[in-house]
Amino acid sequence: MSDNTAHEEPELVQLLTPEGELRHHPDYPLDLGADEVRGLYRDLVLVRRVDTEAVALQRQGELGLWASLLGQEAAQIGSARALRPQDMAFPSYREHGVAWVRGVEPRNLLAMFRGVTNGGWDPAEHNLHLYTIVIGSQTLHATGYAMGVQRDGATGGDDGTAVIVYFGDGATSQGDTNEAFNFAAVNNAPVVFFCQNNQWAISEPLERQSRVPLYRRAAGFGFPGVRIDGNDVFASLAVTRRALQHAREGQGPMLIEAFTYRMGAHTTNDDPTRYRVAAELEEWKRKDPILRLRAYMAANGVADDDFFAAVDAEADKLGERVRVDCRALPDPDPLDIFHEVYAEPHAQLDLQRAEFADYLASFEDAGAEGGR
Amino acid sequence: MSVNLTIGKAINAGLRRAMEADPKVLVMGEDVGKLGGVFRVTDQLYKDFGADRVIDTPLAESGIVGTAIGLALRGYRPVCEIQFDGFFFPATNQTFTQLAKMRRRSAGALNLPVVLRIPYGGGIGAVEHHSESPEAYFAHTAGLRVVTVANAVDAYWMIQQAIASPDPVVFFEPKRRYYDKADVDTEAALDSAHPMGAARVARPGTDVTLLAYGPMVKTALQAAEADSDHSIEVIDLRSISPVDYDTVTESVRRTGRLVITHEAPVSGGVGAEIAARVTESCFYHLEAPVIRVGAFDTPYPQSRLEEHYLPDLDRVLDGVDRAFAY
Ligand SMILES: Cc1ncc(C[n+]2csc(CCOP(=O)(O)OP(=O)(O)O)c2C)c(N)n1
Repeated sequence: MSDNTAHEEPELVQLLTPEGELRHHPDYPLDLGADEVRGLYRDLVLVRRVDTEAVALQRQGELGLWASLLGQEAAQIGSARALRPQDMAFPSYREHGVAWVRGVEPRNLLAMFRGVTNGGWDPAEHNLHLYTIVIGSQTLHATGYAMGVQRDGATGGDDGTAVIVYFGDGATSQGDTNEAFNFAAVNNAPVVFFCQNNQWAISEPLERQSRVPLYRRAAGFGFPGVRIDGNDVFASLAVTRRALQHAREGQGPMLIEAFTYRMGAHTTNDDPTRYRVAAELEEWKRKDPILRLRAYMAANGVADDDFFAAVDAEADKLGERVRVDCRALPDPDPLDIFHEVYAEPHAQLDLQRAEFADYLASFEDAGAEGGR
Repeated sequence: MSVNLTIGKAINAGLRRAMEADPKVLVMGEDVGKLGGVFRVTDQLYKDFGADRVIDTPLAESGIVGTAIGLALRGYRPVCEIQFDGFFFPATNQTFTQLAKMRRRSAGALNLPVVLRIPYGGGIGAVEHHSESPEAYFAHTAGLRVVTVANAVDAYWMIQQAIASPDPVVFFEPKRRYYDKADVDTEAALDSAHPMGAARVARPGTDVTLLAYGPMVKTALQAAEADSDHSIEVIDLRSISPVDYDTVTESVRRTGRLVITHEAPVSGGVGAEIAARVTESCFYHLEAPVIRVGAFDTPYPQSRLEEHYLPDLDRVLDGVDRAFAY
């Protein structure tokens, strides 16, 4: 396998080193005020806390499943903070950081994993589409949406609309993702493909998905691809801003490969000790997105201990709220099964709903008569 | 004004009218542009509406349906042409897991008014994968509406109704009947047309109900004409999901017999579903078991054998006779 280049170390765009040192990149300048930097830090810490609480709630039986974003906070927060309100984002199922930035209540994310709903929010209200479980499907939805944006004449100026779609390294093997790359390219659609290469698709490492570094796929479809340090929130923000601008100006799609690492299990059902070694985890712990930002902030006087303590206190409060809210989520009504399948009446479904309603009511009648 | 149109031309005229009425209606698919589709159903639309509204897509069915979903999320009403029945399968995932389910997933926040036009069925002497009848897969998938047409009048109106529907509609076009003609009043109002979800009694009768849809309606009407011993009532089902059981059971209660015919293999087919429901709701009215006349449970054969595979006039009449043998 000497010709396997997937693990070749190409240059990554990095603006903040694991030690917390700032670097400048000629193509991706970033000029952030102290408030913005503190805001990013706050996002990272709070969304990690939501994630930690959700894992705990799953262990306590409150959630059926949870897909942890641990380790991927910077990729998500940086890219999502690059979005403008009018931009549309299409997530996979692990984009809790993106959802956080787009204003989706954590409770609504948990509702899906608890089994209360298969969605959880109104996409139009947040300009965030629903989570998509079937790998790669949403890449085509985003591309079609971007084709609609083009037809609306909504690209061009600064107030133009761009689209971003999130997917994993495993998703790059799917036909849909490759079809989306191609549809986006031939249509010059305003869509940014944001791949979080967290190295693993459940138990399958990157070399089972690809023989070339993922960002290079873009070249074969005819648009730019760039690899960033996915644990660097500054790089994620700067490069995504640039890619969105590229799309917004009508210059077509771009692929960003955020090189990161999934610190936790794939989901709460998964046991990563069966397929990966502890040393790998240790190596990536040193690249932690939160620690490096904090180191930078402390060393450069962007924030003091009071600030960090205040964010931690806010996280504690948020954690408490997530726990309470989750337990308070009511089970849906049984007849909800039939709701919202069709926009207009569907005779067969109406018949089945009526039969089921009668069946349910028969228990109430039996109860009223003192039981059978 | 009444115009004599083939089914293919009637769909074309319906598409044109829908595109004129609503700038959000798009046509997309392989070769739908300059060529006008391999059956010419989108003929001249590219010339008149331009490349932004009549989109020649890359050769990728999942891409067609998946991007149509995205376009619908942005407020468009895409009408996708899948070139042939047997080439739909690469798009099954987008259709079944995404198109059909998104309204429910979003608790009603999202509608996907997407139409999938699929020329289907056999009888044209084609090579493999050009003659299939996959409608049962779609009817089995909640969230989709599934319809088919048997004449130019329905073709003209139902394509417009499908486009106007807020739900995803799979629109099956009987390709061996594309050139059948009828007079169509192209100036009537859309809401005066027979509802898309309703069946229609295509020929009244008293002794037996013969239910058909799409390409088999013509054969069923021929059977009714040919059989001088029985008065056959022919029902054109039109909508495969939902099934208009009111019209079907009303007829069966009167005639006491039901024969169902379709081109698709009988096992697990649409006829099996209707037979089960009718047996449940009309048990005491039935003089005989519900009879199905369909294709064998085999892959569609090479075209030199299709006349044996497709249910023809004789097989349908034989089915009717069987219903009287009890
Ligand atoms: C089409 C499809 N096949 C299989 C699965 C089961 N599955 C869920 S997540 C996953 C791995 C996905 O890996 P990747 O795209 O790298 O994303 P990550 O989970 O690492 O974020 C698999 C195989 C699925 N959801 N969809």
